[in-house]
Amino acid sequence: MSLRQITDHAGEWLRGSGPQSDIVISSRVRLARNLAGYPFVNRADETQLREVHQRCRQQITDAGLVSEIIWVNLRGSDPLDRQLLVERHLISRQHARSKGSAPAVAICPDETFSIMINEEDHLRIQVLRSGMQLREAFDHVNRVDDALEERLPFAYSRKFGYLTACPTNVGTGIRVSVMLHLPALKMTGEIEKVKRATRDMHLAVRGMFGEGSDAHGDLYQISNQSTLGRSEAEILADFQSTVVPQIIAYEQQARNALMRQRPAVLEDKIWRAWALLTNARMIGSDEVLSLLSHVRLGINLGRIQTVDISVVNELLLLTQSAHLQRYVGSELDQAARREARASLIRKRLLPT
Amino acid sequence: MKRKCDKCDNPAKVHSIEIIKGAKVEVHLCDEHAAEAGLDSPEAAVQHTPVDELISNFVKLQSGEKKDRHVCANCGMSWATFQESRLLGCPECYDHFDAQLTPLIERAHEGGSHHMGKAPHHAGGDEQRQRQLLRMRKRMSEAVDGEDYELAAHLRDEITKLEEGA
Repeated sequence: MSLRQITDHAGEWLRGSGPQSDIVISSRVRLARNLAGYPFVNRADETQLREVHQRCRQQITDAGLVSEIIWVNLRGSDPLDRQLLVERHLISRQHARSKGSAPAVAICPDETFSIMINEEDHLRIQVLRSGMQLREAFDHVNRVDDALEERLPFAYSRKFGYLTACPTNVGTGIRVSVMLHLPALKMTGEIEKVKRATRDMHLAVRGMFGEGSDAHGDLYQISNQSTLGRSEAEILADFQSTVVPQIIAYEQQARNALMRQRPAVLEDKIWRAWALLTNARMIGSDEVLSLLSHVRLGINLGRIQTVDISVVNELLLLTQSAHLQRYVGSELDQAARREARASLIRKRLLPT
Repeated sequence: MKRKCDKCDNPAKVHSIEIIKGAKVEVHLCDEHAAEAGLDSPEAAVQHTPVDELISNFVKLQSGEKKDRHVCANCGMSWATFQESRLLGCPECYDHFDAQLTPLIERAHEGGSHHMGKAPHHAGGDEQRQRQLLRMRKRMSEAVDGEDYELAAHLRDEITKLEEGA
């Protein structure tokens, strides 16, 4: 199986709906691991990194986690393919830009899990699920970790737990996160308050692509920051039982408030977005995310009934630069992308 | 007498004295104006190290470097490098920099300082062995760099043995 095959259809996590998917787009759990007896990625020499790469590849394949693993060597890969993997949240932007030796990623065919090799740590195992499925993602990532740990010695100390290049990841090495769609909180102006409160509770709030990204399309990634001093299960429980349900509730309340108090403002926003998306002949990606956000809200609230939410979810992905060019089948400059994007959107939103 | 900056009333911190075509040209600037003039570069500073500093540097060199607890004995990463990059160099850095890392770690992890989560099932988690592997890999890498391939091969065998003994 090749990279082409995964890029031809959107991953489960985006197509599927999952619980509470009107507000929770996806859930993600990742574990950071390093092989024992090697320097960390930033200090290892080329030979060592290639060895890490080779050993990981061998053991991931032999572990038989899935019937087939797609292995991608990022060095020497098409930049468009790398960008595609970033858009699909299978690798980080940092990994796509890696100038180091032997960066790679292992992906399972339905994209539910992926393992980055030689990013900041030797291994970063991640599981993605649609909607609110943190528990399932957690169980899955642990199964993968346990299976690999049978075959690969991980750097570990009793005091500090799993040893990572960055001390902010040490201990459990676990990052638990959800991607939330919070358009109403933005409209009522409460989003900044929510962001501040979330940060006060030691959670990170970031945009769609994680560290350093903006919250385009009213999409926010919330994740834990502390990885040491609590067990993995405690971190998960704290995360999913406290702040996240609260934010979801706030968004719900804000939506209800808008519907009750300012229905015309709300409807106007939704239908203007619809009008633009179904008529524009050229459109940029930032604008699209913003408009899709309002259309998505419109579908959630039952205002727009001609299109399913999965169509909008898929468009969130397909309108991005690399996906768009893959869809069209050729490289496009910015002007051509703006045109192709508008055309794709009209086609998907308007049943013929 | 504290010299004032040529361009303002702040005390001058950067002093440049040059002989140009036989004439002495003096420039005295505060930090800000020196930066503007591009005179706060290390090259400029080195030319004009204050004498007392020169002496103390000399004395330091003479007395020999005492065992530097600010450099990891395994990978050579310095604490200063870590502070810049925020990344440690190898698992052993956690031991070497334990004193400096502890407050940092506690701050980053809401007071957490000890691992309370899962542990690897296998003896691959044996810390003694991990340290040995790390050391041997380093020596092997150095042997290769020094073109001592016989030593490198020997070390490779030892490493394999150690890992298979898991």
